[in-house]
Amino acid sequence: MDIVNFTPVPALLGGIVIGLSAVMVLYLNGRIAGISGIVARVFRRVPGDTAWRVLFLLGMVAGGAATFAIAPQTADFTGLPSWGFVLAAGFLVGVGTRLGGGCTSGHGVCGLARGSGQSLVAVLTFMAAGMVTVYVVRHVLGGGVA
Amino acid sequence: MRAFAYLFAGAVFGCGLAIAGMTNPAKVLGFLDLTGQWDPSLALVMGGALTTYLLGGRVVLKREAPVHGGSFPGKPSHEVDVRLVGGSALFGIGWGLAGFCPGPAVTNLARLDPMVFGFVGAMVAGMLLAQQLFGSDA
Repeated sequence: MDIVNFTPVPALLGGIVIGLSAVMVLYLNGRIAGISGIVARVFRRVPGDTAWRVLFLLGMVAGGAATFAIAPQTADFTGLPSWGFVLAAGFLVGVGTRLGGGCTSGHGVCGLARGSGQSLVAVLTFMAAGMVTVYVVRHVLGGGVA
Repeated sequence: MRAFAYLFAGAVFGCGLAIAGMTNPAKVLGFLDLTGQWDPSLALVMGGALTTYLLGGRVVLKREAPVHGGSFPGKPSHEVDVRLVGGSALFGIGWGLAGFCPGPAVTNLARLDPMVFGFVGAMVAGMLLAQQLFGSDA
């Protein structure tokens, strides 16, 4: 294993900024800042529980756009695989996060910080599944598909 | 004012993801590619966010309730079932296929790239289907 492209300072700094956002949500309305849950529950249309989700998601897009514009080096994007892979991946992420009850932010950041056993199992599972998938795609199939 | 607070909190989240490089699928896939050229950055992103949430959460939880009403989350559950593990495995497979999880996917809508919209559309479809078939209370 070679370690390459490691960017410890931006990674830690960005992580702290993400954590601050999650703390803000906790302070404002006591919710867990898990992005999959914030997206999915927009569609449940629970009165009084929809607007903040939409605003938060719009803010994410605006925050991304502003950061890409102000610091162009953050806008690096090496692209996505083919359309078929992208749609399959999105679908699996959608189904999986609803069944598993969270994603990298909800389980990986908030849940682990809260000492949730569920989140620990979820994180270990999705990390392992992601690693196996990348191994198969890149080193067994040879990366030709992506 | 309330509206602005959530817009701002979301912007901070998107900004953090971009600073961390997590909006670039290559950084995420680099982390998941243990046997290739490994990029440990994602672990530090999670560690930084988790530590900040742990410390910030302690301060916030000294309050009786959140500022906009409601209540703070209760004690986390440790109950593990097939749904949790199976769902997380499916999520991990999707994550590994594209290098996108929900946060970076939403933030990258800022690129106005049709493929990002395609991913988010498929993700929402998957969420709605899962809620329809298996119930929404995950």
